[in-house]
Amino acid sequence: MPRTSRRTPEERAALRAALAVGLATAAYGVSFGALATLSGLDIWQTCFLSLVMFTGGSQFALIGVLASGGLTAGPSAITSAALLGTRNVFYSIRMSPVIGKGFLKRAAAAQLTIDESVAVATAQRTPAAQRVGFWATGIAIYLGWNLTTLIGALIGDLLGDVSAYGLDAAAAAAFLGLLWPRLKARQTQAVAVGAAFVATLLTPVLTPGLPVLVAAVVAVVVGAFDLLGTKKRAESGDDS
Amino acid sequence: MSAWNIVILASVICVALKVAGYLIPPRAFEHPTVARIANLLTVALLAALIAVQTLGAGQSIQVDARVPAVLVAAGLYALRVPFVVVVIAAAAVAALIRALT
Repeated sequence: MPRTSRRTPEERAALRAALAVGLATAAYGVSFGALATLSGLDIWQTCFLSLVMFTGGSQFALIGVLASGGLTAGPSAITSAALLGTRNVFYSIRMSPVIGKGFLKRAAAAQLTIDESVAVATAQRTPAAQRVGFWATGIAIYLGWNLTTLIGALIGDLLGDVSAYGLDAAAAAAFLGLLWPRLKARQTQAVAVGAAFVATLLTPVLTPGLPVLVAAVVAVVVGAFDLLGTKKRAESGDDS
Repeated sequence: MSAWNIVILASVICVALKVAGYLIPPRAFEHPTVARIANLLTVALLAALIAVQTLGAGQSIQVDARVPAVLVAAGLYALRVPFVVVVIAAAAVAALIRALT
């Protein structure tokens, strides 16, 4: 990591962005911690998820399916988490040249590869600023997210009954918050509506957890044929 | 499956996915269709989870206090209210409706 003294203006801007995003993201670890313990996991299992899995979408998906389906929905919960985690493969590919060589460095980078660290990194102009943005965001969120998860888990453990406090609605609102920034294009809006519709229709028919997985087929169909997509869709990011 | 089995297995898979991107040659996943499906997959799963979390009650559909709570959340996100505030507001709306009915 670069020394504190000789930072370019680009690197300082990356650092500021990293801290802002890091603080905002870490704060909602409290909701994850609370919801996880209320879904039936104990405090250790909740903290294990934030320490090891460390990818918000998958963590919320896992506890969401467990909350509605119980331990018998385990396979569906695991599959939901894994499918949501597939986007990290693309993030890793994107960050691989930015991170550079070295086994330990790349292993640490892999663990810190999440929506926010990659978003802050790719928003920077110079390669040095991209590296600062990635590491600063990743480390800030890792520390903050795990601390707030523990706090949330302790709170959730004290609260007791989920529905009385409206925390089941909070889980839905949390998913909505993860989805919201992705709804800009018409194609993604259509997929969201289609998937929600399919999952709702199948809920009375299939065992809990499965409707969510079947709804993923909507994404595969729309994506494979590029339905409702603009043909000349520009690739995000301008640093080629 | 015990809770620990589920937690550990899911975590290992998610870490493996992150590591995979640093191991495989970039060209394998450059195809625009693959990238598009991966992006839409995230959207579809989140939308489906919202639907089930809002309307599902085990293996049935139930419209209750969660629906207005999620609508309030959507309105607040549209107004660019921060995540944590929205989540707390949604919980408060649902809890309030349940307390009053």
